[in-house]
Amino acid sequence: MPAARRSRAASTAAPTRRSAPAVRRPGAAHPQPAAGSPLAAHPSGPPFGLTRDQLHRLLYLMLLNRAFDDRISTLYRQGKISGGAFGSRGQEACSVGSAFATQPQDVVGPMIRNSGVILTRGLDLRRFFANYLGRATSPTGGRDGNTHLGDLSLGIVAPISHLSALIPVLAGVALAFKLRGEKRVAMTWIGDGGSSVGDFHEGLNMAGVMRLPFVLVLENNQYAYSTPTASQCAAARFADKAAGYGIPGVTVDGNDVLAVYFAVRQAVERAREGNGPTLIEAVTMRMKGHAEHDDAGYVPKALVAEWEKRDPIARYRQWLVARKLMTQPEEHALDSRVAREIDLACEQALADPFPEGPSALTGVYAEGGPGASR
Amino acid sequence: MRAAEQSPGAGQGPQAEEPTYIQGITEALREELQSDPNVFLIGEDIGTYGGAFKVTKGFLQEFGPARIVDTPISESAIVGAATGAALMGMRPVVEMQFIDFISCGWNQIVNMAAKLHYRWGPSVPITIRGPSGGYTHGGPFHSENPEAWFCHVPGLKVVAPSTGWDAKGLLKAAIRDPNPVIYLEHKFLYRRIRGPLPGPDTVVPIGKAEVKRAGTDASVITYGSGVHLALEAAAELARQGHSVEVLDLRTLRPLDLEAIVATVEKTGKVLILHEAHLTGGVGGEVAALIAEHAFERLDAPVMRLASADTPVPYSDALEQFVLPDAARVRQALESLLDY
Repeated sequence: MPAARRSRAASTAAPTRRSAPAVRRPGAAHPQPAAGSPLAAHPSGPPFGLTRDQLHRLLYLMLLNRAFDDRISTLYRQGKISGGAFGSRGQEACSVGSAFATQPQDVVGPMIRNSGVILTRGLDLRRFFANYLGRATSPTGGRDGNTHLGDLSLGIVAPISHLSALIPVLAGVALAFKLRGEKRVAMTWIGDGGSSVGDFHEGLNMAGVMRLPFVLVLENNQYAYSTPTASQCAAARFADKAAGYGIPGVTVDGNDVLAVYFAVRQAVERAREGNGPTLIEAVTMRMKGHAEHDDAGYVPKALVAEWEKRDPIARYRQWLVARKLMTQPEEHALDSRVAREIDLACEQALADPFPEGPSALTGVYAEGGPGASR
Repeated sequence: MRAAEQSPGAGQGPQAEEPTYIQGITEALREELQSDPNVFLIGEDIGTYGGAFKVTKGFLQEFGPARIVDTPISESAIVGAATGAALMGMRPVVEMQFIDFISCGWNQIVNMAAKLHYRWGPSVPITIRGPSGGYTHGGPFHSENPEAWFCHVPGLKVVAPSTGWDAKGLLKAAIRDPNPVIYLEHKFLYRRIRGPLPGPDTVVPIGKAEVKRAGTDASVITYGSGVHLALEAAAELARQGHSVEVLDLRTLRPLDLEAIVATVEKTGKVLILHEAHLTGGVGGEVAALIAEHAFERLDAPVMRLASADTPVPYSDALEQFVLPDAARVRQALESLLDY
C-alpha cells in the first residue's frame, strides 16, 4: 500500500505522540518514493470504488492538463501570451488526483501549477485559454492572467502570486462551513518553496486549532524556482511539519494518481466528518523550468531522466491497459478527444475580443451585497 | 487634549450621562450581529476576555462561539480567513488588538482582499477595525495611525470617526459595505468622548465629510483626534472674534471632494491637521485636491500640521513633543488668520 495508509496512524482525533521528526543532513536529498510502481500494489480490478468511467476520466483529465500546458507553452513561444506561462509537466497526478477527491459543494484554491485542478473542477477550456490570452471572455476579463482565476460557481478561489497566501483564505472558507454547520470542505495547494512562507504556518496553525474542514496538498516538486528542497527545509519530510500543528501529515507518491486520490479522499472525508485538517505531501518533480522563460539548467539532467521514467500519465495508462481497464480503441478515442477539445478551445479563445482599455477603470469597488459581481 | 463636542450636539460640551465613543462601537457591533446572521466577529481575545479594550465584553455569552471567534495570534491568517469567509457570503468583522499589528496582515489586505473584486468579481465585505492613535504613552508599537498606508490602495475604503455618533454610524456602514473597509477607531477617545448615539437604523454614509463647527474666517480640515484639537482651538479663537470652521473628513478613502472644496470656497484659508506623520500623510492628498479644484479660491497658502516624522516615542515629554496639541493648532490658525 502507498505511504498514505501507513501514515493514517496519525489521523486520529487526538493525534498520537510521534517520535521526533528526523533531521536531514544539510545537502542530503529528501527521501524519494520507493522504487517500482506503487500502482502495481493496487488490487486488481477497479480500486477504491472508482468506476471504469471514473478511472478513464482520471486519465482524460491528466491528458487534458498536459495538452493544455503544452499548448500554453506553444502560445507563449509564438508571442501570443504577453505575461508568464507556468506549466505543471510531471505534476498532473497531484492536481487531478486531489481535485478529483472533492465534491461539487467543496471549494478549492488552486496554485500556479494547478491547471489540472481548474480543469477537474470543470472550467470551460476556452475561458481558461482566454485568461492566459488576456481576453474579455476570461474569468478575469483580462485583469489577471495565467491560472490566476476564480469562479465561485465552480468552487474555485483565485490565487495571488504571493505564495501560501491562499492557505489562510481557504482556512476561512472552511471556517464559514464550520460556523454554519455545513458538511463542505476547503482545499488548497502549496509547493515545497511556499511552505517556507509565514502564511503556511499561520493558516495551518489556525486550521489545526479550530479543527477546520481543510486539506492542504503540498506538492514537493524538488525545486522552488532554482532552489532545491535541501535549501528550503531541514526536516526529513515536509509532511513532518504537520506534527507542529497537531494534524496528520501524510506523504504520498505524487506521480501515482490513484495514491494521491486515495490519500486526499481520506483527508476530505475526515474533514467532512468534522475531524479537522490534513497536510498531504505529494512527492513529485517539476519536469520543466519555473516558467517558460526558464530552461532549468540548474537541475541535474540525470535527475530529470530518472523522473521521466515515473511519468504519471504513462504509468497510469500502462496500469489501466495491463489491468484490462482500457481498450486500445478507448485509448485512441481519449487521445483524439483531448486533441480536438484543445484545438477548438484555443482557436475560439484566440478569436475572442480583448477588453476595451477604459474598462480598466471600472469595478475597483463592489456595489450591492455579498457575491456581487461587476 | 481634552474631551470636546461631537455631532449632533456639537457645542454643548461633554455630558457625563451620555454614552461614550467606545459604546458607539459596541452598539454597532451588537446591532449588526443581531440583524444579520452573516455577521461574525473574529480576532484575538475578543471572546472570553471581551477584547483588550472590552469592546466585545459579554458578546461570547450573548452570541455564542459561532459568532464570536477567538483566534491564535496571527493577523495575516485572521484577515485571510475573513476574506475566505466573506467569499462564502459572510460579513466578518476583524478586530486588530492594536491597529499597529495590522502591518502583520498587510499582504492579505492589500494583495488578496483589496484586489479580489477587481480581478475576478466577488465582493469582499470585510471590516477591519482596531484601536489606533497616540496620546496614551503606548510607545512606537501601540500608537500608530496607519491610514495613509491603506489610503494608497485601490479597492480599500478607510474611515476614521471622531465622535460616538460617527463611530457607531460609520461602523454599521462599514459592516454593510460590500468592500474591505479599514475602520480606525481612536483609543484616546474611547472613554473621554461622550455624546448621543444614532438608533439602530441610522448609518453614517462612507464618503461623506461633516462640518463639526461652522465658520467663515478659516477652515481646519481634519479627522479623528484632530477634530477635538481643532474644536478646542476654534472655541478659544472665537473668544478673540475669529470664526473657524472645522471639517471632519470622517472617510479618508474615498475623500469627500465636494465638502473639501465647499469649505475652501467659504473661508479661503485652510489648515490641514492630522495626528499621523506629516510626510506622505492624507493631508498631502487633501492639499493636492485643493490645488487642483479650488486654487483660485485660496486667500493663503495651505498649511499642514501633523505629527513629526518620527516613530511615536513612549516617554510623556517626547510623545507630547511630536504629537499635535490644541496650542499648536491655535498658533497655526493665528498665523493663517494673519496672512
